[in-house]
Amino acid sequence: MKNKVERDIPDDILKQSKRQIFKGVDYGQPTIQRVAPKVKATTGQNKILDSIDDVVTQTIKDGMTISFHHHFREGDYVFNKVMRSIIDHGYQNITLAPSSLTNVMNDIVVEAIQKGVVTEITSSGMRGSLGDAVSHGILQKPVVFRSHGNRARAIENGEIKIDVAFLGVPNTDDMGNANGRDGVAAFGSLGYALIDAQYANTLVLITDNIKPYPNTPASIKQTQVDYIVQVDEVGNPDKIGSGATRFTKDPKELKIAKTVNDVIVNSKYFKNGFSFQTGSGGAALAVTRFLRTAMIEQGIKAAFALGGITKPTVDLLNEGLVAKVMDVQDFDKGAAESMKDNQYQQEIDASWYADPANKGAMVDKLDVAILSALEIDTQFNVNVMSGSDGIIRGAIGGHQDAATAKLTIISAPLVRGRIATIVPEVTTVITPGDSIDVIVTEVGIAINPKRQDLIDQLKDVPGLPLYTIEALQEQAAKIVGTPKPLQFTDRVVAVAEYRDGTLIDVIKQVKE
Amino acid sequence: MEIKKTAIAGTLESSDVQIMLTQGTDGIVFDLVSDVAKQFDDAIKQTINQVLSEYGIQNVIVKVVDKGALDMVIKARTVAVVQRALDTVGEPKWEVL
Repeated sequence: MKNKVERDIPDDILKQSKRQIFKGVDYGQPTIQRVAPKVKATTGQNKILDSIDDVVTQTIKDGMTISFHHHFREGDYVFNKVMRSIIDHGYQNITLAPSSLTNVMNDIVVEAIQKGVVTEITSSGMRGSLGDAVSHGILQKPVVFRSHGNRARAIENGEIKIDVAFLGVPNTDDMGNANGRDGVAAFGSLGYALIDAQYANTLVLITDNIKPYPNTPASIKQTQVDYIVQVDEVGNPDKIGSGATRFTKDPKELKIAKTVNDVIVNSKYFKNGFSFQTGSGGAALAVTRFLRTAMIEQGIKAAFALGGITKPTVDLLNEGLVAKVMDVQDFDKGAAESMKDNQYQQEIDASWYADPANKGAMVDKLDVAILSALEIDTQFNVNVMSGSDGIIRGAIGGHQDAATAKLTIISAPLVRGRIATIVPEVTTVITPGDSIDVIVTEVGIAINPKRQDLIDQLKDVPGLPLYTIEALQEQAAKIVGTPKPLQFTDRVVAVAEYRDGTLIDVIKQVKE
Repeated sequence: MEIKKTAIAGTLESSDVQIMLTQGTDGIVFDLVSDVAKQFDDAIKQTINQVLSEYGIQNVIVKVVDKGALDMVIKARTVAVVQRALDTVGEPKWEVL
């Protein structure tokens, strides 16, 4: 059946998954019954176990759903240690439900799938050898991709039932009061993990740093924690986040960043008390710098910056240009370290950040979002999931969630090498064009025709060439030529949910 | 026509293409590796074939390592490698350019 973005969702997939097709970006005001976790009462004796093997054998059974967070990113040791033990103990039919999967986790997940240990996955995304394996059909059941806000929603309403959550933390006390801010492997906000802590039936903390009781501030509370295991190291601090954030020197990225800045400052949203979210890419960081200059020049201050936080954003906080930083994760060391000392850098969980099934998420108050894209089509639909070869190599992250901002800007080069970024039809629709307002490329901008108000505000700005999206697409095609269409089989290897849990697209197995 | 010697042009940088020609007897034989092969393998071969035919080369082994080069880059590298393989570097064939 075709959904609102003209994607054909096979009937058997709808039936099996018991989901609806995507019908539009408006969530409405449904009443939702949330679930609650099981609690095994204790006064705290025997929370500390000797080894990961001990905790795995005490908690895991065949067929369970287990979860992890990805706050250690490419420096994660916890995922591999736990999965090694689960594989070696021969458990079967495990569903893996981490907040996301990073490259360091790929090899062991592939091994777990090959051995029948892992048979289902839900994640924000995947890449590298795992994305490749899934795209080639390694799993029987389709992977389910969910945004960060949607994952929170699905956990809260029981669509994802986490039996055991294994959460790595850089510090905890012997009862489980833990945060992400201190310790060798500190990563700052525990935003995504806080949902697991709240809803998992069994919560295991894995740490390399046991602090005196009571440990504060406690992002994860002792009331939520069943077991604690101490290991040598939970993560490699050099790979958790880049050290000093690099300011791009790429003239194309700078041109795009400058143009994004021009769009923002010439829009009606650029006024005292505005709010924004940027990503972590080179252009996004440069935008933050340009925005800083514009804010100083025009005497404008922001009420808050949201989402994944970087050092340049924290600098704005310290300069008084941003009043609050609402922090669901920290992309670099500068941002992570600052959380420890700055009371205005507030840790927020994924639900508070972006969950639509909520009494108001922070994205609902967001004015400006600057996001990236692998592909954008002439309907303004965005793909951040499948590569130009059709293989899974990305993550939804908060893309669908932040795109509900009042002014959503996609910054992307017109072409990358010989691959056009603006195409007649994206390979996979992740974020619907209805929530995208402006596309910024190095040659100029395109505005969603639904936003006549923005067209009126931006059409006469000097140095801001305005094109139709079709004109940009044709310009890209002129540079790279016309590609052959990608070849897929009929077998669905992954489904992409919209943030409300409906199916926005499916990803099929690539033809050999 | 056949080429006189093995020649190479281009680099392995992103957006470039490296093309090597060696003598062959069995028509134009391609050995193509490309980051964008799924979408552009035919287009790359067509561009190279076009240049080869303008030089009248009928028998050659063409090894291509493409890093997502645009069409004009592929054409320029092909012209360079053909002139080298024909030992005519000093005498550009203007009508091909």
